[in-house]
Amino acid sequence: MAYSNKVIDHYENPRNVGSLPKDDANVGTGLVGAPECGDVMKLQVKVNPETGVIDDAKFKTFGCGSAIASSSLATEWLKGKTVDQALAIKNTDIVAELSLPPVKIHCSVLAEDAIKAAIADYKAKQDKDKGVPASAGHAQPNA
Amino acid sequence: MRRPSSCDGAPDEYAWGPSFGRARTAGPKGPALRELKMKLPIYMDYHATTPVDPRVLEAMTPYFTQHFGNAASRNHSFGWEAEEAVEIARKQVADLIGASAKEVIFTSGATESNNLAIKGVAEMYREKGNHIITCVIEHKAVIDTCKKLEKQGARVTYLPVQKDGRISLNELRDAITDKTILITIMTANNEIGVLQPIAEIGAIAKEKGILFHTDAVQAVGKVPVNVNDLKVDMLSLSAHKMYGPKGVGALYVRRRSPRVLLAEQINGGGHERGMRSGTLNVPGIVGLGKAAEICKNEMATEAERLRKLRERLNAALHKNLDELYVNGSMEHRLPHSLNVSFAYVEGESLLMGINDVAVSSGSACTSASLEPSYVLKALGAGDDLAHSSIRFGLGRWTTEEEVDYVVEKLTTVVRRLREMSPLYEMVKEGVDLSKMQWVTH
Repeated sequence: MAYSNKVIDHYENPRNVGSLPKDDANVGTGLVGAPECGDVMKLQVKVNPETGVIDDAKFKTFGCGSAIASSSLATEWLKGKTVDQALAIKNTDIVAELSLPPVKIHCSVLAEDAIKAAIADYKAKQDKDKGVPASAGHAQPNA
Repeated sequence: MRRPSSCDGAPDEYAWGPSFGRARTAGPKGPALRELKMKLPIYMDYHATTPVDPRVLEAMTPYFTQHFGNAASRNHSFGWEAEEAVEIARKQVADLIGASAKEVIFTSGATESNNLAIKGVAEMYREKGNHIITCVIEHKAVIDTCKKLEKQGARVTYLPVQKDGRISLNELRDAITDKTILITIMTANNEIGVLQPIAEIGAIAKEKGILFHTDAVQAVGKVPVNVNDLKVDMLSLSAHKMYGPKGVGALYVRRRSPRVLLAEQINGGGHERGMRSGTLNVPGIVGLGKAAEICKNEMATEAERLRKLRERLNAALHKNLDELYVNGSMEHRLPHSLNVSFAYVEGESLLMGINDVAVSSGSACTSASLEPSYVLKALGAGDDLAHSSIRFGLGRWTTEEEVDYVVEKLTTVVRRLREMSPLYEMVKEGVDLSKMQWVTH
């Protein structure tokens, strides 16, 4: 399979690999995918509560080169965006930027899901602080 | 799956085999600590195919231009020369597997041999029964053939395998009915290199009066295979897995006790005792014969050399990395074969990181079907480990230096990808991944 140069670049020099403190009220964590499907993405955003702007974003991905590239690119795009702007990122934007072939489109879908899950988690935390019941849209340990 | 580029022009003089790919040394991203004499990319996918041994090529060459006759031309020397060459090759192949020359039918390869054996028996022994026993980790050339026969009314039992990749002889016995006409079980698996208990299966088949076919394409030429010791009635083999050319193979068909009859699947001229019509691929057959002769003479030393290299590879990987799982029995295994799952790292991303090493993976991302390897799934390893598997196939031109390079490179890449893996992080934090509620997609 031939990879685009951008996929290879993100694979070889991934941006923003790492973790943010997941218990921080300003950090949202999205964990999507499943090991048996061959890809799991963890994507985190740290939001400035004053401005609503994403100050930092980190990822860790178990998956193929295109999955790694999709999540790496997503963190790059997230930084400096407001939460609402972040929610407007579409998987098709990622497909276009990385020239993903049709069999790899699911990698971009997963990255979009990860963004949405991270922001949902951040919002849930904020709501919880304000006394609203939490809801979660991502993987979590069974009780 | 990474493929090596084709051999550059003429093979090296016999010195030490063909030269693969471009002659370049490791770049700045590779282990640059020492001067590397070997050529990149490194080919370590000898289960997929093997390069033609220069000695084989030399034997074949005259049969393209000089001795180009049709082996079926009975009236002139061109035909006689071709026929003589074919008969020498038939004897060479027979000698490798302990058969007599008349029991060797030349085909286009093991896929055709498997089709001929299975369909040929199903059709010929239809009156006797319609039940075939095979196993879930067979090559698709066997499984798809059985599926086709099922559509035509045959009944097929697909035996499961145990965790070590071998079938259970008790389950085989239990599966046999009075309608069973054929047992077909591979000698060695192409993905995990595990050897099945062929002699024991042969004894059971003989005891029950059932024909026994084995797809031995990965085993012939690598480990001793004797059709009489193993009580095999039919055996498929292929030249390109044993340093011969692509497009030629053979089916061994037993001629006495019992005499196996097959319904031919290709009509037109009655070549190969009527079992396989079509003008013989004389240069290919000469190459197969020569390849068989070399394997017979050199198997013992080659197997020992490769076993040591395989152990070196396996030991070094385990020394450098934790959470590695060898897929399939280590005891009952081809000497040149190793299949390892690197937990928490996805196979395709691993292949991408070792792009100057040609190996293959059971990861879904590397397969056309986007399903992880059905062989590894059948071992009960779990899909996640199937996604993380790499198959190493060592061969005639694999060197110690290459093994060490692959170990070094893999170690670096696995460590890097684990640093990037959320699963590895969670496991290190003490999370039990099996208790997670994953959102499958």
